[in-house]
Parts: sequence; C-alpha cells; structure tokens
Amino acid sequence: MFKYFPHTPEDLAAMLERVGAKSIDDLFVDIPKSIRYKKDYKVPESMSEMEIRAHMQALADANERLVVFRGAGAYDHETPSIIKPLISRQEFLTSYTPYQPEISQGTLQYIFEYQSMICELTGMDVSNASMYDGATATAEALFMAQAATKSPRMLISDLVNPEVINVVETYAHFRGLQLEKVRSLNGTLDRNHLKDLLDDGPASLLVQYPNYLGIVEDFTEVAQWVHEHQGLFIMNANPSLLSVLKTPREMGADIAVGDGQPLGIPLSFGGPYFGYLTTTTPLVRKMPGRIVGMTKDVDGKRAFVLTLQAREQHIRREKANSNICSNQSLMALFATIYVAALGKQGMIDVNTRCIQATHELYDRLIKTGAFHAAFDAPFAHEAVLLSDLDMVKLNDRLLKKGMLGGLPVKLPDSKKTGWLFAVTERRTPAQIDALVQEVEMMAHEVL
Amino acid sequence: MKYYNTLIFELSKSGRIGYSFPKNPYAKKSLDTLLPKELLRSEEAALPEVSELDIVRHYTNVSQKNFGVETGFYPLGSCTMKYNPKINEEMAGLPGFTEIHPLQPLSTLQGVLRIYDETARMLSDISGLAEFTLNPFAGAHGELTGLMIMKAYHEKRNDLKRTKVIVPDSAHGTNPASATVAGFETIVIASTADGRVNLESLKAALSDEIAGIMLTNPNTLGLFERDIVEIARLVHQAGGLLYYDGANLNALLGQVRPGDMGFDIMHINLHKTFSTPHGGGGPGSGPVGVAKALVEFLPNPRIVKHSDYYTIEDSGKAIGQISHFYGNFLNVVRAYTYLLTLGKENLKSVGGLAVLNANYVKESLKDVYELPIGSFCMHEFVFNGLKNKSTDVHTLDIAKRLLDYGVHAPTIYFPMLFEQSIMIEPTEVESKETLDHFIAMMRQVAQEALDNPEMVKTAPHTTPVRRLDEVTAARTPILTYKDATRHG
Repeated sequence: MFKYFPHTPEDLAAMLERVGAKSIDDLFVDIPKSIRYKKDYKVPESMSEMEIRAHMQALADANERLVVFRGAGAYDHETPSIIKPLISRQEFLTSYTPYQPEISQGTLQYIFEYQSMICELTGMDVSNASMYDGATATAEALFMAQAATKSPRMLISDLVNPEVINVVETYAHFRGLQLEKVRSLNGTLDRNHLKDLLDDGPASLLVQYPNYLGIVEDFTEVAQWVHEHQGLFIMNANPSLLSVLKTPREMGADIAVGDGQPLGIPLSFGGPYFGYLTTTTPLVRKMPGRIVGMTKDVDGKRAFVLTLQAREQHIRREKANSNICSNQSLMALFATIYVAALGKQGMIDVNTRCIQATHELYDRLIKTGAFHAAFDAPFAHEAVLLSDLDMVKLNDRLLKKGMLGGLPVKLPDSKKTGWLFAVTERRTPAQIDALVQEVEMMAHEVL
Repeated sequence: MKYYNTLIFELSKSGRIGYSFPKNPYAKKSLDTLLPKELLRSEEAALPEVSELDIVRHYTNVSQKNFGVETGFYPLGSCTMKYNPKINEEMAGLPGFTEIHPLQPLSTLQGVLRIYDETARMLSDISGLAEFTLNPFAGAHGELTGLMIMKAYHEKRNDLKRTKVIVPDSAHGTNPASATVAGFETIVIASTADGRVNLESLKAALSDEIAGIMLTNPNTLGLFERDIVEIARLVHQAGGLLYYDGANLNALLGQVRPGDMGFDIMHINLHKTFSTPHGGGGPGSGPVGVAKALVEFLPNPRIVKHSDYYTIEDSGKAIGQISHFYGNFLNVVRAYTYLLTLGKENLKSVGGLAVLNANYVKESLKDVYELPIGSFCMHEFVFNGLKNKSTDVHTLDIAKRLLDYGVHAPTIYFPMLFEQSIMIEPTEVESKETLDHFIAMMRQVAQEALDNPEMVKTAPHTTPVRRLDEVTAARTPILTYKDATRHG
C-alpha cells in the first residue's frame, strides 16, 4: 500500500470483477505491445515525509538568502503574515478554473475584487483576471494592439527590460509582428526618433514605466502622438508604484500591463508571479484572458461569473486572438489580499518609503566619490549609477558580506556599464550603512 | 458552503489599516521633493481601508463559497483533479526557495538549479524524450512553446512552406488557438465514430505543407489511439512532427511513454499529472520536452549541469525566451517533492489505478447513462447524457443537480463529438467508497430525472447561489466595483 492510493487487495478484486478484467494490465489492451514500457523509471525510491524534509532542507540550504539591493524585474518586498494562510485554504488552492459558478463564487468574487483594485491602481477601466507573467502579458498586449489597429507595426522603447523585450521578440517573430526599437536619449525615450518612426506610418508604442533604468517620465504628449498615428499606446508599469505615480490613464494609455510581483509576492527564483493587463472600455472585447463580471442568480442574489467568453479559445478555437486558458488565479488572490492589507494609505506609504530609501542610497553612493550620476532624470525605487570601481569585484565583495549588489547593465545610449540597484522597504538603515561602508573600503583600497 | 455577500470595498471605513510597517527612517525628504509634481498621481486610488481581522474573516468567508478537492469528489474530466499533498506546499514554502532573487550569482543558486535539473531529467525519462524546459507557465503556454520549436525546426531546414498544423476535431480548444498564435494555420480532421484519428482523413490531409500534428493520447474521449505507431510513421514520412498534448498523461504512467509512441515534442501539465494545485485557474506549469534532434531549439534561459556545478545559459539556436525568468519555480518544487514521494515503485502504478477507477465508474453507470463507446476506457470516459431522455433532462441539469449532493460536476459539453457529453475522470487517489458514493448519486439523479424532472431542471437548490444570469452579465458588463456603484 501507498499513502496516496487507497486501493486494498479486496477493492482491486471487486473492481476488476465489475469491469470484467482479470488484471489492471488487461485494461491497456489498446496499447500496442511493441511500445509498452515495462522498466522502472529513473526516479529514486519512494521517500517518507521525514526523508523528504531532510532532503529538501539540504537543497534549500544550498542556496544563499541575500540582503537584496537588486530589482530589474523582481523586487524584494515584505509579505504580510495573513496572505499565506489565506491563499493556502484548500477552497482557493485546490479548486479548478471557475466553470461551475454556483460552487466557485469564492474564486469569482476575489477575481472581481482583483480586477477592481488593478483598475484603481492603473486608472484604467477594465482588467482581465491575470496572466502568466509581465513579459508574456506584454506580448499579449501587442497582439491585442495589432488586432485593434489592424497594423502589424509595433514600436518598442529600448528602455524596456531586455528580458521582456526578448519574450516580446519571440512571440512577435512567430506571429509575424514587425518590432521596431525606439532609441533612448539621456535615459528617456528619444522623442525625435519616435516622431521619425511614426512618420513612416501607423504604429503602436510600448514603453516601460518606470523604465528599466528606474527613470520616471511623463508620456502624456507621447500618447497623443501615437493616437494621432492611429496606434495604441501601451505602458508596462509597476502596479505598486502606481499608487503614488501619475497613472497610465492620466497619461492617455490604451493598455497598461505588467508584472504583479511587486505587490508583495516572494522572489521565489522568478515565479510564480503574475501578469496584469488592463485597458479602456472600448477595447474590452479585444482583451485576452478571463474576465469576471457581476450578475444575479435566479433568486436575485448578487453573484459573479466568467463573462465575455466569446473572445476565448474554447469558443473561438483557431480564430481566438490568444491561446491563454488559465490565469495565475492564486497569485491574483495574493495581490488582492496584499492590497487590502496595506490599504489605501499603506500602498502610498510603502512606495513612498521605497522611493525615499533608493534616493538615500543614491545620494550616499555619490557622496563616496566612487559613484557618479549616469543621467539627470527623476527616478523612483530603482536607479542606475556609474562607477570608477570594477562592478563585478564590488559585487563579489558585497556577496561575501551576504549582500546582492546592483546589476551591471549596458546603458543603451552609450557604451557605458551602469550599476542598477533597487531599495525596498525591507532594507534597514544598518544594511544601507553596510553596503556604503563596503564601497568606501573598496574605493579607499583601489582608487 | 455558505452564501456571503460582501465585497472587500464594502467593509472599508476611512482610516482603518490592516498592516503596519516599522517607522520610516527615510522620511526626511518628502515625495514631492524627490519627484516633480507632474509625475505624481493627482487622485488617490480608491483602495479598501480594512482592519486585519476583517480582511482575514472576509477571505475566509469568501473561500467558503468555493468547492475544492478536499471538500469532496472532483471528477472533472480532462483536468486530473488529484490530491495536492500538503508536504508539497510545505516544501514550496521553505525560505531557501522563496527568498531567492532570480538574478543572484550562480554560486548562491545551486540548490534551486539542482531541483530544476533533476525534475527535468525525471520528466525526460518518464516521457521518453531527450530534454525538457520547465519555463512554460501552463499547458497552453507549453503548447505554444512546443509549436514554436516545431516551426523553428522547419525554418532551420529552410522548409518554409510547412505552415499548417493538423488538429483532430476532438482536440482541446487551446490546440488550434496555440497554432494560430505560433503563426500556423489549423487543418481540422474528423474523428472516426469511436473518436479516434481517422487514418484516411489523416493521409488525405498530409502534404509537404504540413508542419506537424497535435494529438492528445489518450484522446479527449479517454480512448488510446491504437494506431499511434502508424500515425507517427505517416506523419514522419510526410516530413511532419508529432506534438503530444500531455493533458491526459496521467493514464499512461507506468504503461507507455510518449517518446516511444513516436512523439517529437510534448508538454506536461504539472498541475494535472504531478499533483501541483490548480489554484482556481493557476499558477500551473507546462514543461516542454523534445526529442534529441530538437534540443537545440529549447527556449532560453537553460539550466545546464557541468559535472557537479549548475549554470544558467542562453543559446543562439534557441527559439528565444518565452518567460521573464524560469517559469513557475515553486510548482517545480512541488512536482519534484511529489516525484520523490511516489518514487519509482509507486509512479508506475498511477496510470493503472486511474484507469481502473474510470472503468469501474463507467461500468457501474452505463445502464442509466448513454455510453456511446463501449470498450475499456483509459483514465476518463464520456457519457452522452441520460439513457432515458424522455423527460428532457439535459447534461447541464445533471451537472447542476450533482452540486446539491456535494459532488463537483464532471466536465460537460466537451468533447463536442456528442451533443450531451459528460466527461468523468476520477483519478487514482479516490477510494472505492468514494466512487460508490458518486455512482449512487449519479443513479439517484437519473431516477429524479424521471420522477421529478422539474426539480432537476431547476437545480442546484442548495448551493451558495443558483443558476446565474449570464446573458445580462455579457450584455451589460459590470467588471469592477466602480462599475457596480455606478450601476447602483
């Protein structure tokens, strides 16, 4: 016997008799003998819970938990204690996609709350129920723009996270979209280059906000230009920061999209996170993914249901604009509870604090004399600096002290390498002191 | 389950908080001195203001409107709703996994990389394929990744006229949709009367424009494609590749491997066969495996083992990147835990027990439900509604009535080969007693359909809400709390 299989020998005998087979093997008569697999799999022998715990703890200990000063798409935020027990409730954790709404109101209601919160943060009208991650959601946003504008031309700022660009390029290559990069100037979108590209014909534009280098810029005018050229303006935005920054809606975005990880989701070696995708009411029927709407049941009770499904793959099949089937529902619930826990003021406070902490480290690194500004542009909770120090060596020294230093990044409009760092609310003044001290020591030794 | 009718926004009262941070040591400079005013939000987001207990109580009450695998039997066909072991959750929650930044130096990542690599190797052996990527986020994402690999293979051979993919009419909707997103045209071929691939239709569809075929085996009727070896020969002979949709892999554990059937590319749903939770619709995980000749096309980034050190590498020959980082890593931890828990001696029993359970339910109900195809099924099977249809009780009504009995409804109206499809998949984890109870409930509903059809047609009666007005929901969409307050 094995703990996940309840069949006793008597059960097996009775069941085989009912189905009219002598053995379980008989049930597989349809599989040609020539391809039957009779060997053991190359998998270790069954482990007990005690053995599993020891084995997995050793593997967990083979990784190093660091004091993180790095973002670049994954941000080290604190997770309120209430989230894990709530999302671990089996009613949320083990249920399927809410196809039977009468017994799935739990999932449907939190998705409705999720959609409402994401719309509040972005300022947009409608949100879907979430997607795989920010990068794939961004690729879907471009497909959506293509379907809405009938134009295959997509302009993409070279200040979008290079990993996101990689994913978008893969999707675009196979789908036959034409991607054209818009150059940057001083860490911001090169407006003149954009105008030149728009003059070549209708196109949609994708930018990141704050951009890959942490810089915040106002795209209001850019959105107008794109609209004048029959394109959609798409912003990949950090949803948490939008509680303090000017929203995509206020700038005139048609689609706001991005990764939901900054909403308190643990780093977890890159996943699971989730992607969000929001748009304006006129574009709702072009939006990919699940959408939940409010309705009533036959007794007039308020209830929630998957709606506008005529857009989706299980109805449209090969005519569907997206093949997405599931969302990242449980991670959407994670974000919903995070936003509820922090609340209206807490969301403002945590983001304000991250921005303040990042400026604090920025100023102190400059003060060491070993770092200097790369750009003169406003930034939020992530920033890039240039240094006279060897960044790889600096990071090695920091690693020895248990710190993950900034990411060395190639600056797109020069050949220089910058040090891209992020400071979240988890970083204490003592940790910032330790980092600055290491920089000072190294500068003292080598400069 | 109970009805709870409050939204988190409706609990909100100005000034309440649900979480506290330590005192802000960086508050010297205010936000408007750090960023220009025109870059700040003009109006605060209307987010809830709720106390901690109110939030906990709210989501506990919300959860109680849901049915989970631990609530009761969940025979949802094609979804493999097996038990999601608690130990998997505990292991996925270890801080040595959750507190690891994806862009850390390799020397600090050796544990996570080893899990990734060993899971991929075990999946390769179970599938009979050369190598796996664990980057795809879900089954449909795996399909898309696999089809990109198929396309890259033909493109590399400069065989550019292969723009079409064959999909049987019984396939999941994601198959043709994934083909479109990967830039292919779909050719649908009709199935035989017993739901299998029609070899004549297949032969007629094959040409030098065919990039490959997508198959689910066992197919969506729960039947094994007896002609799979011949199908593979024909497709390969025509220069195409075979894609295996792993949705139904659970049936085959311990019996046969997709690679040995002749498949070149496949995805596995870790959230089906390898026990990771469905999470109300995700996060899933859809690893993709390929035969040796296609390994070079697997997406970036790749985890590579060099004797006893693991690295992360990119290859110029890859299809590119299909995920920001490395997929849903914590689901890989869960599946890895499951694989080690079962071990080689139990893994091989999964398919047999799943198939026995399905056949047991089928044989116990076929006198009251119409069974269109009589042979042994694999892990699932399809009824075409009630045998006695005289009272006009349809599959939808049966499904809804089962909810009153504390059983999740089977998959309904899929596959579309029959008008009244009811697709039942019990999985290997269910006991004879649970199956007997389900059988009794199904028989009772069949009897009620004759004795009191009105009651069945208006079911469910005891669920938190009853049948919903979906038409109004689509005609006048209310998609946010703001919409709802606007509509009064």
